[in-house]
Amino acid sequence: MTLFSIYGAPFNREKKTVMKKKNIKLWVPVAIAVFFGMQTAYAAKDTIKVGVLHSLSGTMAISETTLKDTVLMMIEDQNKKGGLLGKQLEAVVVDPASNWPLFAEKTRELISKANVDVIFGCWTSVSRKSVLPVIEELNGLLFYPVQYEGEESSKNVFYTGAAPNQQAIPAVDYLMNEVGAKRWVLAGTDYVYPRTTNKILEAYLLAKGVKKSDIMINYTPFGHSDWQSIVSDIKKFGSQGKKTAVVSTINGDANVPFYKELGNQGLSAEDIPVVAFSVGEEELSGIDTKPLVGHLAAWNYFMSVDNKANDEFIKKWHAYIKDKKRVTNDPMEATYIGFKMWVKAVEKAGKTATDAVAEAIIGITEPNLTGGIAVMNKNHHLSKPVLIGEIQKDGQFDIVWQTDTIVAGDAWSDFLPGSKSIVANWTAPIKCGNYNTVTKKCSGQNF
Amino acid sequence: MLQTTQKTQIKVFDTFVANNKKLFHKHPAGNLTVVFLSFFILIFCSLFTPSFAEDKQSNDNSAFAYAVNALNAKSFKAKADAIKIFETINNKQTINTLKALLESRLFYRKSDQLIVITTESENGYHITDAITENKLGEVGKRDIKKIRVNNKLRKQLRGTIAQLSLSNEDTDIRLNAVSEITKILNQDTIDLLRNALEKEKNDAVNELIHLALALWDINSADKNIRLKAISLLGDSLSQEARSKLSKLLDKAEDGTFLLEDAEIRNAAKKALTHIDSQLDFYALIEKIFFGLSLGSVLLLAAIGLAITFGVMGVINMAHGELIMIGAYTTYVVQLLMPDNIALSIFVAIPAAFIVSGLFGIAIERSVIRHLYGRPLETLLATFGVSLVLQQLVRSIFSPLNRSVETPAWMSGSLEINAALSLTYNRLYIVLFSLIVFFALLLILKKTTLGLKVRAVSQNRAMAKAMGTRVEWVDALTFGLGSGIAGVAGVALSQLTNVGPNLGQAYIIDSFMVVVFGGVGNLWGTLVGAMSLGVINKFLEPWAGAVLAKILVLVLIILFIQKRPRGLFPQKGRAAEN
Repeated sequence: MTLFSIYGAPFNREKKTVMKKKNIKLWVPVAIAVFFGMQTAYAAKDTIKVGVLHSLSGTMAISETTLKDTVLMMIEDQNKKGGLLGKQLEAVVVDPASNWPLFAEKTRELISKANVDVIFGCWTSVSRKSVLPVIEELNGLLFYPVQYEGEESSKNVFYTGAAPNQQAIPAVDYLMNEVGAKRWVLAGTDYVYPRTTNKILEAYLLAKGVKKSDIMINYTPFGHSDWQSIVSDIKKFGSQGKKTAVVSTINGDANVPFYKELGNQGLSAEDIPVVAFSVGEEELSGIDTKPLVGHLAAWNYFMSVDNKANDEFIKKWHAYIKDKKRVTNDPMEATYIGFKMWVKAVEKAGKTATDAVAEAIIGITEPNLTGGIAVMNKNHHLSKPVLIGEIQKDGQFDIVWQTDTIVAGDAWSDFLPGSKSIVANWTAPIKCGNYNTVTKKCSGQNF
Repeated sequence: MLQTTQKTQIKVFDTFVANNKKLFHKHPAGNLTVVFLSFFILIFCSLFTPSFAEDKQSNDNSAFAYAVNALNAKSFKAKADAIKIFETINNKQTINTLKALLESRLFYRKSDQLIVITTESENGYHITDAITENKLGEVGKRDIKKIRVNNKLRKQLRGTIAQLSLSNEDTDIRLNAVSEITKILNQDTIDLLRNALEKEKNDAVNELIHLALALWDINSADKNIRLKAISLLGDSLSQEARSKLSKLLDKAEDGTFLLEDAEIRNAAKKALTHIDSQLDFYALIEKIFFGLSLGSVLLLAAIGLAITFGVMGVINMAHGELIMIGAYTTYVVQLLMPDNIALSIFVAIPAAFIVSGLFGIAIERSVIRHLYGRPLETLLATFGVSLVLQQLVRSIFSPLNRSVETPAWMSGSLEINAALSLTYNRLYIVLFSLIVFFALLLILKKTTLGLKVRAVSQNRAMAKAMGTRVEWVDALTFGLGSGIAGVAGVALSQLTNVGPNLGQAYIIDSFMVVVFGGVGNLWGTLVGAMSLGVINKFLEPWAGAVLAKILVLVLIILFIQKRPRGLFPQKGRAAEN
């Protein structure tokens, strides 16, 4: 099936319904097109359509395919329960192929041509930024399930992943207070999420009295694989007599060679711990984790959480994906919560129209898989607990610290001079994504 | 001696019970009595035992049992206190238990809270009672629960184990123990080291202990001891020594030195300049090694391309994917021989050569041979092939990265001295790339195939007239280039992710190296790869990784303007066409 996506994607042959199995013979593309065409036409009248906008090919396929499967699993589950508003849910899967402009094109296609009622999708911030103008123009609904840099709140987007104050700031607090870190290396991949997060963190650290000479900031290109000199620099930076910690916003594939180099140069977590914001169970499943034991990650969810709801979710996932070795991760939980909230909001509104759902969803609650209740706030971000885990040799995390209460996602960071006085509030009378509390004005831009 | 040990035991016990009332909530009420009972037994013993040596044994045993049970506390702080108790019980069982805790092999049984040491088995774990050392058979994964530790505890554990193994018979263990203790210097550990020094016979261990003591003595009240410590540290290259010395030269906010004694300051300054000049030298060597190792990765990735692009003139955009196939072959070989990871690499090298080579021949026969002489179409067609191969791998192995294990002999680093250590995996890859390079050179220069390859590439029509089957030579040459790409994949699987995108990361670099070195010249590829690697590593600290890459690209563009045929252009009539 995926072989055809290269050719098939522009003609949208990839639409599939969950009710049908995916094992379709490779050599009959025409038959597939006819088959799916009929299926869509037949089912169009009495289904609610759910768009799935995740890359199934290209660099991001490694992370995003799992989320596509999660949405499909949730839809199957909901249909088993009798669907939504008496109708069955139907998934419309497209492949934006890790190509950022294609994300915008596919969004337009999903909303205007396929008439989907909601979209679950995007991973990288740049893909979300590319979708934003389209989704606002066509007034669609997007649930974005990945931790991101904040500084954004759109009328049409619901951010179910962590904002910086739900991941980066608590992690730094943990290192500062529990581990006693005095010197900081902020290492990241060179794009918008690490740059913004590091700007926030630097401002935060300086505000906490850390000297500028005790902060080292380093950026590397996407997929960087030669970490020798950077790791050696970190080693030198960390051996000046003060406890040093690394805050890593290194993205995706670059992490494996980074951690391998750390292990080989003998930098153990006990000397210089690395806390990562983009490394979860799934990324670790591709690495030999023995040399990484003790390095940290901050998330709102870990697979190892001992909880009944989580056990059930994992069991369901293994049954759906038919592979007991597959792991679950934070963006999956965010997708899960987002989907459940959308279902509740549609039920509450009694219809799937964007404005009605967007209004109904605010204040809706949903139990987290880690315990506690997630709430959709007025700024379209969630309140969730924050967990810090240490990597174990089996590729799982042991939770070593967690916040006492749930933390409300802050769309606009309080630590950046530009966004200090800006809030997002999508309820009357403000109804604005970036409302300046000082000038009492809503800037026209929403992102 | 005996008495002091017991006194510390009691002291630790006392604070322990006082500090950790919370700890006991996990134990049934009966345990509390046991705890206090053993506590009183301990006091009793400590009052009467000095004359009875055997009581020390039972004393240790009950303290040991107590401490083991205390490890299963809820808070990390309580666990830290429990580990402290072990410092006074020096026997093999203690070290075993602490090691098990360090390696996450210490569990408790859910049914009765019994602390057990585990070893993994097929269906779960084999368990052994941590206190009585009785074997308790096999249990399932859900019957027992791990006793968690965090970084702080791991560090403490390493320290404690080191303190207990200072008198170990094995010199390596003692060396290790001293360097661990160097990280946690305080009055207690210094006393331990001084005691150990009296008994120590091994020079290497002695030297390490002296160094550790110097790190402590540098802040001593006695000026002579201080100066002696400074001169000792001046010869060491460790970062700890450097930072201790530079602290002596710290200035207050108004610019005056915090340390008043000018003599000590001058000595520290002298020692510091000595260290710094040596560190600079080793940093330079390290940088060159980094550059060469990056260069050898580039060489491995590019050398196959030097054949297909350099010798045959085919722009093969699927070259990166052939590397990827080699890496996946390594993964499959490891799946087939999971018990022999150390050997798997040696099996994977020929396997990857054959698999990638066959893929290469298939590509040549099915696509490229129809497009000879049409570079633009070859470029587009092979780009298509690369996408097909990527997606093929995604369909077969899933888009997720696969984990290729690094054999033990390739992990870690070779420590030359405190300032310079070279990682083994890089070291082997430098060697490996040179071996591959010279093997290829031999094939091209000394074998019949090599002769035919050169003949066909220099004058196709003439070679054909001499009776060479040019079509076969084309296919075999392409297969050879592809096979070498596969071998490169084996090496890269040890450095980076094995995933569908592996190849894309190296294709641009490979072309850069071949063009820079001179198309059609293997030596050019070698020199090109190594110099690009070194240039990159020298630019990186100064410009950052992103800018360094850009600068290298700009340099190559400028260079190509000046010398369009690269570093070592092919000469002669054949090259003129």
